Amino acid sequence: MTTPATTQINKAGLSKNDYRGLPSTLCQGCGHNSIASQITTACYDLDIVPEEIMKFSGIGCSSKSPAYFLNRSFGFNGLHGRMSSLATGALFADTSLRAIGISGDGDTASIGMGGFKHMVRRNAPLVYIVENNGVYGLTKGQFSATAEEGLNLKHQGINQYMPVDICMEALASNATFVARSFAGDAKQVKELLKSALSHHGVAVLDIISPCVTFNNQENAFHSYTWGKDHEAPLHEISFIPALDEIELFGEFEEGTVREVKMHDGSTILLKKLEKDYDPTSRANAFQMLESAQLNNWLVTGLLYIDESKPTLTETFNLVETPLNRLADLDLRPARETIDKINSMMF
Amino acid sequence: MIEKVINNFSITIATVNGSGSQTANVTLLRALFKMGIPVSGKNLFPSNIQGLPTWYTIRVSKDGYIARRDEQEVVVTLNPASFGRDLASVQPGGAFFYADDIKLPIVRTDISVYPMPVKLMARDANVSPSLRDYIANMVYVGILAQMLGIEMETIQQALSFHFKGRTEAIDSNFNTIKAAAEWAAQNLKKSDPYSVARMDSTSDYVMADGNTAAALGAIYGGLQFAAWYPITPASTLAESLNVFLPQLRKTADGRQTYAVLQAEDELAAIGMAIGAGWGGLRSMTSTSGPGISLMAEYAGLAYFAEVPVVIWDVQRIGPSTGLPTRTAQGDLTEIFFLSHGDKQNIILLPGSVDECFEFGWKALDLAEHLQSPVFVLSDLDLGMNQWMTKPFKYPDTPLERGKVLWEADLEKLNGIWSRYKDSDGDGIPFRTVPGNKHSSAAWFGRGTGHDENARYTEDANTWESNMARLKNKYDTARTLVPRPIIKAAKGATIGIIAYSSTEPAVEEAIALLKKAGGPKPAFLRLRALPCTTEVHKFIKKFERIYIVEANRDGQLRQILSAVLPEHALKFHSICHSDGLPLTAGWVKDTILAQEEKI
Repeated sequence: MTTPATTQINKAGLSKNDYRGLPSTLCQGCGHNSIASQITTACYDLDIVPEEIMKFSGIGCSSKSPAYFLNRSFGFNGLHGRMSSLATGALFADTSLRAIGISGDGDTASIGMGGFKHMVRRNAPLVYIVENNGVYGLTKGQFSATAEEGLNLKHQGINQYMPVDICMEALASNATFVARSFAGDAKQVKELLKSALSHHGVAVLDIISPCVTFNNQENAFHSYTWGKDHEAPLHEISFIPALDEIELFGEFEEGTVREVKMHDGSTILLKKLEKDYDPTSRANAFQMLESAQLNNWLVTGLLYIDESKPTLTETFNLVETPLNRLADLDLRPARETIDKINSMMF
Repeated sequence: MIEKVINNFSITIATVNGSGSQTANVTLLRALFKMGIPVSGKNLFPSNIQGLPTWYTIRVSKDGYIARRDEQEVVVTLNPASFGRDLASVQPGGAFFYADDIKLPIVRTDISVYPMPVKLMARDANVSPSLRDYIANMVYVGILAQMLGIEMETIQQALSFHFKGRTEAIDSNFNTIKAAAEWAAQNLKKSDPYSVARMDSTSDYVMADGNTAAALGAIYGGLQFAAWYPITPASTLAESLNVFLPQLRKTADGRQTYAVLQAEDELAAIGMAIGAGWGGLRSMTSTSGPGISLMAEYAGLAYFAEVPVVIWDVQRIGPSTGLPTRTAQGDLTEIFFLSHGDKQNIILLPGSVDECFEFGWKALDLAEHLQSPVFVLSDLDLGMNQWMTKPFKYPDTPLERGKVLWEADLEKLNGIWSRYKDSDGDGIPFRTVPGNKHSSAAWFGRGTGHDENARYTEDANTWESNMARLKNKYDTARTLVPRPIIKAAKGATIGIIAYSSTEPAVEEAIALLKKAGGPKPAFLRLRALPCTTEVHKFIKKFERIYIVEANRDGQLRQILSAVLPEHALKFHSICHSDGLPLTAGWVKDTILAQEEKI
């Protein structure tokens, strides 16, 4: 791709344009779009060559988004809840490549919980982003497993069950990188993405990404609450108002709690981790998540990191050449071995 | 004096599962094989680790027939729980050996009865108490050796193989066997007609099981990635990969050219295998029926996104959990149509252990050639039992990697290519794999509707033309899959079609039909779906086609009726499924009964 001389380029010799994807088909104002845009920026800033990244996703609104960034990267949009295994297998093709997986709260915390936790415990080297909005968007507004207890959704009623905390699940599965952010905090999302992309092993990034359309109740963790007077039955929704993505203006200081106003004037409480918070302690991370739950905070920042563990592919002692570039000669045992094999039979 | 029966009878050994009898049984089987006598062994074991009854049947056949028989001339029992059943199962005139600590009445007078001092001899053996039950099994090996004429030297060879040359284990077992043989020589007087004698009919063969062969075949096929989840009777296939890959596929400095991963379930196993296949690796998974059911959704994605992957199904009897340790051919229709939406799948049907090896590598070639899932249907009988088999043959064609474009190829094309375009008229498009650094290499794989450039589209015409191309690709597969083996007979009046592990029963049934003055059949052993032109020709030739299979519903008949509706009325099912391998007698009787109705 040629770039005009005036365009800014990074150390890989690429412009921001080289990292873009197709135009988004998600709702305007969806937090997922802002995340896609930060992935583009993070990869540009890190001088990553797009051809050296693989993108994966499951099924759902979130899982459509890999089409909206890094057009020059290989991508595979798999099955609902099954991206973890798809990516795990693909990681062996060429271990010099980096990988980004995009999932949602339904995809990860409901149908894909088992696979997610096993991918995490194997320390599969990929950035695993959960675009978490507490609701099923693509099937029009059912509860997800991360929806908070007591959430009232049109045509669904009141959620009776405790939510799944994705960061807690990742920690319990011995993740080596666990972070949470808010799609509206572009700066933090970008910085965490850069850390995650540089991490050695699995990096779980739970990003609260409000659903502008379906998770619309006041004081909901994942909401923009746009339509409290909107009475149309969910399956007949044909008009989605164009709203702006929620952004945090000004510096969001470490250690502070910040109220974020939603479209209808309701608020959520974001708590940024203290500057001296030690993310290398798993016990700290558990404690922080526990107290956040008690205080009704969404705690954001890098909760836990451990760079010392070998990644999944490292445990296999693979040859230097990418497996998918091995020659036939490397793959088929020599002719003389067959007699030995037959002599090993009775 | 009754006439001697040499090298032509069946032995059944009844023991308690978990007592270590498998070593003893396989030792007998291998010793007979080393005496040059055609032999087959079937392990009828329970789904349990310890305690339930288990049987092992060995057939010796001077004529080379290796199918299971219902009739048992020699029965050995160490199990009080199955004693009555075992006693009743002996053919009149046969021999019954039993552990003499079982104090149950012996009500038959038409057979020879031999008590065996199993407990006493095990106690006298110089082994630790924990090994006594195990060594007790060697008592019947020694007694049978003496009473049937099995050569001690071949028994020692079998033990040496089993214990991988470990002298202590070989000696302690062999000493018990010798002591038991001596005891039998002094204390038992032979009154039955059954014995064995050395032949020279097995020197061209080795003994192996289908799962080991499948794993080795895949390794010679350049397998690079396998993911699996434990399930009977498929586990030993993946475990064999773990045994042989390190021996055959490590570099001089000990690095691996492969990865095998035990997944958390079958959903993940196939997901991983498809991820690796998409990534450009020769990839497979192995499972049994319940695992196939779980894999259905991903199999559809691989079909539609056109990802190469090989899926072995070592069938057990279903539906549901069924009988996990019993065999059947019950997954054929499920796999043929596996996953939702329009499609038919490519299935290879190995009929012998050496064919498991051959299809092990061929399946990987076909999967990459066709960019498609390729299923291989084995079964418990073929996969887990020891069979006489021709030695494995080194692949006679180079690895087929299919239409993969690398940087240099794209350079030549000026970067212009389309992932899902039928450039060659065979329905098979080109693909690139991750790691290709050309700026036009990348594409976005998906299970959603896509155009020739792999972009999402809901366009009606695009959908339909893509589906038509996939059908065209399936027709290309028809020209590439293994052709059937046809045994034509001059003046044949009926056709028989069978597949996989039923071949020995069918071969023998044909001989039995001849003996009974029944119809003269030509025999086609199907080795793959879709059907090649040879299958059509064969079917056209005969008025009546008997389709023999080990399932209740006649699944191949269902499929052939669906794909060749004009011939559907010719097809007659010879199907039966009780968890055991089919017998020749049953096949012959059932064909004769159906012929009489016509």
